[in-house]
Amino acid sequence: MAALMTERKRSALTRGRLPRYTPYVVAGSAIVVAAALMSLIGFNVFGWAVLSAVLFAAGNVACSALVEGRRKAMDKLATSVVAGAFLVALLPLVSVIWTVLVNGIPGLLAPGFLGTSMKGVTGTVDNASVTNHTPVLGGVYHAMLGSVLITLWATLISVPVGLLTSIYLVEYSADNKFSKVITFLVDVMTGIPSIVAGLFAAAFFGLVMGPGTKTGFVAAVALSVLMIPVVVRSSEEMLKIVPNELREAAYALGVRKWRTILKVVIPTAISGIASGVTLAIARVIGETAPLLVTAGFATQINSNVFAGWMASLPTFIYTQIMTPTSPSNPDPSAQRAWAAALLLILLVMLLNLGARLVASLFAPKTGR
Amino acid sequence: MSKRIDVSDLNVYYGDFLAVEDVSMTLDAKSVTAFIGPSGCGKSTFLRTLNRMHEVIPGARVEGKVLLDGDNLYADGVDPVTVRSQIGMVFQRPNPFPTMSIRDNVLAGVKLNSRRMAKSDADELVETSLRSANLWNEVKDRLGKPGSGLSGGQQQRLCIARAIAVSPDVILMDEPCSALDPISTLAIEDLINELKDEYTVVIVTHNMQQAARVSDKTAFFNIAGTGKPGRLIEFAETATIFNNPGQKSTEDYVSGRFG
Repeated sequence: MAALMTERKRSALTRGRLPRYTPYVVAGSAIVVAAALMSLIGFNVFGWAVLSAVLFAAGNVACSALVEGRRKAMDKLATSVVAGAFLVALLPLVSVIWTVLVNGIPGLLAPGFLGTSMKGVTGTVDNASVTNHTPVLGGVYHAMLGSVLITLWATLISVPVGLLTSIYLVEYSADNKFSKVITFLVDVMTGIPSIVAGLFAAAFFGLVMGPGTKTGFVAAVALSVLMIPVVVRSSEEMLKIVPNELREAAYALGVRKWRTILKVVIPTAISGIASGVTLAIARVIGETAPLLVTAGFATQINSNVFAGWMASLPTFIYTQIMTPTSPSNPDPSAQRAWAAALLLILLVMLLNLGARLVASLFAPKTGR
Repeated sequence: MSKRIDVSDLNVYYGDFLAVEDVSMTLDAKSVTAFIGPSGCGKSTFLRTLNRMHEVIPGARVEGKVLLDGDNLYADGVDPVTVRSQIGMVFQRPNPFPTMSIRDNVLAGVKLNSRRMAKSDADELVETSLRSANLWNEVKDRLGKPGSGLSGGQQQRLCIARAIAVSPDVILMDEPCSALDPISTLAIEDLINELKDEYTVVIVTHNMQQAARVSDKTAFFNIAGTGKPGRLIEFAETATIFNNPGQKSTEDYVSGRFG
C-alpha cells in the first residue's frame, strides 16, 4: 500500500478564492465610506443604512469579479438582490407592527378597554380625562363581540356553500361546461371590491326586509360573499391533490361514492381545508367597507346579529379616527383606535397560528 | 367463496377509442390467471372491466358480457357497487388510507359502508385478514399505528388484507409487485399461492417469471400498433404459453424477442 499523501498547506482546489474574512472587511469599509459620504450631504441613519448596504453589495460583487471570476460574482450579485428584495418586503411589515405596537399598547392596557363598550362615553368624558389626566375611558368590548359574531356567521354561511361547491367541482362535475362557468364566476367573485359586496348585501336586505336594514347578519352575508370564493378555491385545490388511488381503493372495496368522499377524500384533505378556511376568516375579519354599509355604527353592546346595529373592530377604528368622540380633544379617540388596531392584528395573528395548529392536528398521521 | 368469470365478446372503449377488442375467456374458480403483454396493450383496462372499475374514468364503456357465475355484470340495473364488493382489487401502487390506522385500514371496507360490527368480531376479522395476508406477525403489536408507516411490501400486503376483509369472490391484482423489491415480491407471490385455495385470483404482471411461477393459466395480450386496439392473442395453460405457445407473437414475447 502506498504511503498516504500529506495534505498540502495551500490547496490547489481553493486557488482563486477570496479568503473567508473578505465580506466582513468589505462590510466594514462600506459602513465607513457610507458614513463619510452621508456626512457630506447631511447625515441620517436610514440613508446611512441603505447606502452601506448598496456599497457592501457592490463591493462584494466587484471583489468577487476581480478575484473569483464571473460565475462567483454573478452568484454574489443574485444573493444580494434576493436578500435586498427580502428586506424591502419586510420593511413595511416591521414598520406597521412597530407603529401599531408603540401606539396601541398604552390603549390596550388602559383599564376596562377590553371589558367595556363606548356606551355613555361622550366628548365631555374625553375632555375630562384629558384635563384631569385620568385614564381614558371607553372600550372595544362591543366591537370585539361584533367582529367575532359577524365573522362567525359569515363562516357558518361560507363554509358549507364553499365546501360543497368545491366537492361538486372536483368530484362530480367531470369538467363539464357548468363547472367551467362556476369556476369562472368564482374567479370573478374573488376580484369583487369589498364595498360592492357590502352594497349587494345592503341592497338585498333593503329589498327583502325594508330599506335601511342594518344588522350584524347583513354584514355577515356581505362578508360571506367575499369569503365563499376563497373557501371554494382553497378547498378545490386541497381536494384535487387527494390521490385518485385512494378513491379507487375505496370504490374497489364496494364503497359508495358519497361515502368515499365523506370518509376518505375529505378526511385526507381536511387539514388543508381547515387552514384554508381559517385564512379566509383572517382575510375578512379586517374588512371595513362592507361593514360600514351593512352593520352601521353602534356604541353599545349588541349580541343579537339579527336586530340592531352592530359595532366591529374595523369600523370602530374608522369612526374613532374620522369622527373623534370629542372633536376638541381627539387624542383619547386616537389612542382607542390604535389599541383596537393592535387587537385586530393580534386576532388575525391568533387565527393564523390557529390555522397552523388545525393543519397539524388534522394532518394524516405518520410514524411507525 | 369463489366464483368463475366468463367473458364473451368484450369490447372496451374510452369515448370513441376502442381500447380492447373482442376478448372472450373463462377464468376458473379457485385458480390464478395471469395477464401478460407489452405496455399499453389493454391488460389493465381489461382487468378493470372485470369489476367495473374502468367506469371511474369518464367516457369509458363496454360492449359484451362478463358473467360472474352466470350473472352478467353489465346487465341493466346492476349496481357497480355490488359488483365491486364481490370482486376486490389490489392496485399497482400500495394505497393504504393515510388517515387510518393499520386496523382501520383492514376494516375499511366494513367501516366505510358503516356496517355495525361488534368489537370482538372486528378484532377477529382484522386478525384473520392480516393472517391470510401474511402480515399479522409483523404488525400485531402496532395495529393502532398509521398504515402509511409500513414498508412498501407491507403496505401492499395490508392492501391485500383490506381486499380480503370484505370477503370477495374474486381478487383482481393490477401489477401488485411492480413497486416492490424481490423479497416483498416473493412474500406476495407466496400469498397468491395461498389465496387461490379460497379465491379466484387474476393478476396482471410485466414479469414473465412471475406469471410462470404463480399462475395456472396465462393470457397474452398484444397490440398491433399505437392507436390500434389491444387483443387477446393466446390464452392457455401457463406451461403451454411458456413452453409451447401456439402463436408466433406469444413465443417472441415470452422468449424476449418481442419487437
